[in-house]
Amino acid sequence: MVLDHRFHAIDTFRSALTIVVDPIRYVVNLPSDVIDWASGSFASHSTLEEENETLKTQNRLLRSKLQKYAELKAENANLKALLKSAEQHEEILERVLVTEILSVDLDPFRRKFVINKGTSHDVYKGQPIIGAQGVIGKVVNVGPLSSTVLVITDASHSLPVQINRNGVRAIAVGVPQNNQLELLHQPNNADIMVDDLLVTSGLGCTFPDGYPVGRVIDIVTNPSLPFAKITVQPTAQLDRDREALLVWPSFGGNKQGDCKGPQEDETGQR
Amino acid sequence: MGIANRHGTAIILFSFVIALMLTVMPLPDWAEEIRPQWVVMVLIYWAMALPQRVNVGTAWIMGLLLDVANDAVLGQHALALAIVVFLTAHLHQRLRVFPQSQQAIVIFVFCVIYNLIVLWIKGITGTAPSVWLIVIPSFTTAIVWPLAFITLRHARRIYRVS
Repeated sequence: MVLDHRFHAIDTFRSALTIVVDPIRYVVNLPSDVIDWASGSFASHSTLEEENETLKTQNRLLRSKLQKYAELKAENANLKALLKSAEQHEEILERVLVTEILSVDLDPFRRKFVINKGTSHDVYKGQPIIGAQGVIGKVVNVGPLSSTVLVITDASHSLPVQINRNGVRAIAVGVPQNNQLELLHQPNNADIMVDDLLVTSGLGCTFPDGYPVGRVIDIVTNPSLPFAKITVQPTAQLDRDREALLVWPSFGGNKQGDCKGPQEDETGQR
Repeated sequence: MGIANRHGTAIILFSFVIALMLTVMPLPDWAEEIRPQWVVMVLIYWAMALPQRVNVGTAWIMGLLLDVANDAVLGQHALALAIVVFLTAHLHQRLRVFPQSQQAIVIFVFCVIYNLIVLWIKGITGTAPSVWLIVIPSFTTAIVWPLAFITLRHARRIYRVS
């Protein structure tokens, strides 16, 4: 047990045992797969038409936003060239893979889930997972065909973040009781306001920078306590999504100059 | 008690697979906290009925599988299950003659021991849940025990597992 907890010495043994457990997980996951499939195949024509219409509108909107983004990118590059900034412009496209969240329960007192991708899809330990709206968590155990993900709201998960508005850096720790996060060690006069958006800072070499994490929903400053109590609501729908994205971060920019690709260690974990 | 006398290994394995499936089956949040501990129940039954077939070693292997299925520290369930099965094997002759209600009480005690060991290990590794949430599953396990007992005994008699 000490070997496993402290040194991760028997990870290969664990991933070998996963082969035995995986069929059980997939069988248990079957009913919800069947329901998904059934609701897909028996949807009425009008519903599908409606959905198609909304998706088309959404796609149009996103495309128009992307145009704006391309323009901004060019402008940013120009400004950097004008400033003769040392920072090289890096393509921020990261390799991603859609993965399905298996509907199996793990320990009810932890915030973890199982995904249907493993080492056979190049998943590695410590890999970040994001949803459509924000960061979900990171991979903590990898098997050949499935992996376990630690969600950012687990008590043992810490995430280096910064405030999008002014770049104040902080550590967001999970509060599993109400599925929220808390910012640690922020002084009472820190420049943090309710409704500030938190994004990953890219420090710690696990998560790529710039992905949204959550919004500050409550700040309690008590002069008798050394630090403010800052509560954050994650932007990702942590308990509703059935699918998530695995990201292979490209730590090319100057910000993570000393990060060299995928890290073996789970750097963000306490 | 030679190997020739052994029947129904498949049934024992099948019951373990079902128990693991029930353990990872998704449930709503409120039901998750009262989920009976199926693996403990099935192991105790076989250790009580056939102590020469299902022993501490079996419990250890099942525990490791449960650790992987639950993504827990490798060995925590294995140790707890091994100790519970050791107690069961030690007391199996007495347990067999108990009426089911009395058996359920013993199962409750065993489950509390099991949960206590798991809780200790969780506490050492830094993720201990509240103590009350550990007693509730023991209680539901004791309630479900007669049902599991009758089902497993039925299966054992029909398929003449020995």
